[in-house]
Amino acid sequence: MRTVIFRTIAPYLSALMVLYSIFVLLRGHNEPGGGFIGGLIAASALAIFGIACGVASVRRAMKIHPMSLAGFGLFIGTLSAIPALFQKQAFMTSQWLEFRFFDVDVALSTPLVFDIGVYFVVVGAIGSIALALEERESD
Amino acid sequence: MAGSYPSVDFSLAMNMTPVSAADWLVAAPVAISLVGGSFCLMLRKNTASQAKLGMIFLTLLVLANIGLLIRVLDKGVITMVMGGWLPPFGIAFTADALGATLSLIASIVAFCAGLYGAVTFDSTGRRYGFYPFLVLLMAGVCGAFLTGDVFNLYVWFEVLLISSYGLLILGNERPQLDGAVKYGVLNLVGTNLFLIGTGLLYGVFGTLNMADIAVKVAELDNPASGTIATIAALYFLAFAMKAAAFPVNFWLPASYHTPNIVVSAVFAGLLTKVGVYALIRIFVLILPASREYLADVIALVAMATMITGVLGALAQTEVRRMLGFLVIAGIGSMLSGLAVGSTLAISGAIFYAVHSIVVMTALYMAAGVMQRMGGSFNMRELGGLYAASPAFAGVFLVLAFGVSGLPPFSGFWPKVMLVDAALIDGRGWLATAILVSGFLTTLAVGRVWIFAFWRGGPEGTPDGTAAPAVPASADLGSSAMWVPIGILTALVVFFGLQPEWMLELSARGASGVIEPVGYVRSVFGVGQ
Amino acid sequence: METGLAIVIGLFFAVSVYLMLSKQLVRMLLGIAILGNAVNMSIFLNGRLTREVPPVIPADLYVPAEVTANPLPQALVLTAIVISFSFFAFLLVLAFRAYQEVGTDDVNEMRVAEPENDPLPPQGY
Repeated sequence: MRTVIFRTIAPYLSALMVLYSIFVLLRGHNEPGGGFIGGLIAASALAIFGIACGVASVRRAMKIHPMSLAGFGLFIGTLSAIPALFQKQAFMTSQWLEFRFFDVDVALSTPLVFDIGVYFVVVGAIGSIALALEERESD
Repeated sequence: MAGSYPSVDFSLAMNMTPVSAADWLVAAPVAISLVGGSFCLMLRKNTASQAKLGMIFLTLLVLANIGLLIRVLDKGVITMVMGGWLPPFGIAFTADALGATLSLIASIVAFCAGLYGAVTFDSTGRRYGFYPFLVLLMAGVCGAFLTGDVFNLYVWFEVLLISSYGLLILGNERPQLDGAVKYGVLNLVGTNLFLIGTGLLYGVFGTLNMADIAVKVAELDNPASGTIATIAALYFLAFAMKAAAFPVNFWLPASYHTPNIVVSAVFAGLLTKVGVYALIRIFVLILPASREYLADVIALVAMATMITGVLGALAQTEVRRMLGFLVIAGIGSMLSGLAVGSTLAISGAIFYAVHSIVVMTALYMAAGVMQRMGGSFNMRELGGLYAASPAFAGVFLVLAFGVSGLPPFSGFWPKVMLVDAALIDGRGWLATAILVSGFLTTLAVGRVWIFAFWRGGPEGTPDGTAAPAVPASADLGSSAMWVPIGILTALVVFFGLQPEWMLELSARGASGVIEPVGYVRSVFGVGQ
Repeated sequence: METGLAIVIGLFFAVSVYLMLSKQLVRMLLGIAILGNAVNMSIFLNGRLTREVPPVIPADLYVPAEVTANPLPQALVLTAIVISFSFFAFLLVLAFRAYQEVGTDDVNEMRVAEPENDPLPPQGY
């Protein structure tokens, strides 16, 4: 699989896929998309980079171990359920923060935080499984 | 609630009354374990702090569960619907006496396992995630005990299953991988059966809320019609697989002895009992007519589970594998309570579940100590441990009596209740099977005691003349091993000598599922 | 439409049971994957099949204006797909590791955890 063409393109392709995955993640609130599918796209970006350049370079490029990334996602996902406690509402009730930012309506909410958490869980978990499978192939 | 839709009347779909912070106790066990597990997972490289972090969260979990149980006993069943939606549309978390009791006992056991794991896991084991997975496992276990929604129950089962996979293969040794394949495949099949049943249930009733289904089933003309009985049979097969009941329990003896001993202890204590809990919840609360319909089948399965389990235990040389079969035999006793189905029988089953959680975990932990002292899990290679530590021999004897159901320890009372209930119901065979399995259990654990403790030395040495098998320096002084075993043994003795508390709790738990008035009112009373 | 899909689901179940009865681990895993799909489709079918009618309630109503598919089973299926997908991925890695360590993918020969000629326990001492 390590042809020159693939190896040259893979870094750009992976970067583009990660960027696109973030786009999919953010549009997910009212349109098709969301944390899970975004995370899958990002995880496949990692997998492509791993096929082209080797698993070791993916791990170097990520700096953080995928499982820690999954832990972080789960952590912020769970934390997003807590703010409702201070509003005297039930667990996981969504909280919204809306404001205008340079003439654009911005609506930040706890579901968004939850979605970002899902994104990281999926990137971490699926990424580590994919990397583990690729690692075995090479040795 | 987005503020940009002011014209919508949210009160038709959402609960607008303020939720007091005390009601958050229902969600607290799950929230604490999820936060704790993910936090430990993030810091997995920092092996020095893993044990401390894990213990902090496990302590919080125990405290939250104590608070929850006190509140449930005080106020009756409490419900919180996630996201503030009105039931039955939102996912309800409903804590009744049954769920809260089991959740508390499970968290105490996990706390003890966390202490014990500090000794048996070196820094590599901690790095690969003993504490994160243990705490996440507790999220699954507590979630399953506290949820009031059938599909949510499925999700918590998956949470605990995926964490248990992680725990099972910690260390990556050959027997572990072999055992994990069988464990994984059979549990996944069971999960899929559960899902089929849930899909059919939704297709029939259009709701997944347990209280709502219970009401709708009770209103049917024929609550055990073909469709409902099919669903019930699917659920029985699925949860029997999870609980390791007779024909579908081969994953348990194949895998439970392979991982680190503390992981075996946690599994033996918690996993199968979640299956039993789900059976009680589904068959007594939701589908009582189908339970009566299937009662004879359940009784047969219970008897077969008890007898084959204990015969399997008698045939083992390896202490951990023997204990694995005893777990199965215990499951049979709980199922016999489900087969009879009277208040006495169900409370016996609940008491037995609590007893089994505590005593099986303690026995596995004690087996770990035996291995440290004698260098083996094999009965042939053990010996002379009484001379090495009479106190430990006494503790093991207490646990052995407990698991056999001999007075004055915790196994006695639930067995009395189960036998009594079976006789009242006219199921003499079931009562006989319970007693026979208790007798054979005594033989199985008694043999371990005689061989490992009472005789002078391991096989091949002339009896009584061999030196105590303990290596002089063995790190037995570590209180981190003795404290958890001590706590659990104390519970075994306490439940045996002072059974009133547990009798009261299990009776409340049983009547709460048999007469679900309080349960239903708690779910639908919110916001109306 | 529902009938057709129901027949397909039945076929899926048959195929998955056949595959799960195999001795080879990989076939068993494929069988489980197909079983998961069959289950998911049967839940999906519970929610009625309609074409291109979004289950969105207009602002002035409290029930949908026309017959729509029930979106809840679809949400359930989504959850179930995610879970069964990740389990399948995990089991693939596990089976591969087990194959490497044990050296066989025939489940009858995977006897590492439970050795075949285990000695009987001592009868007395």
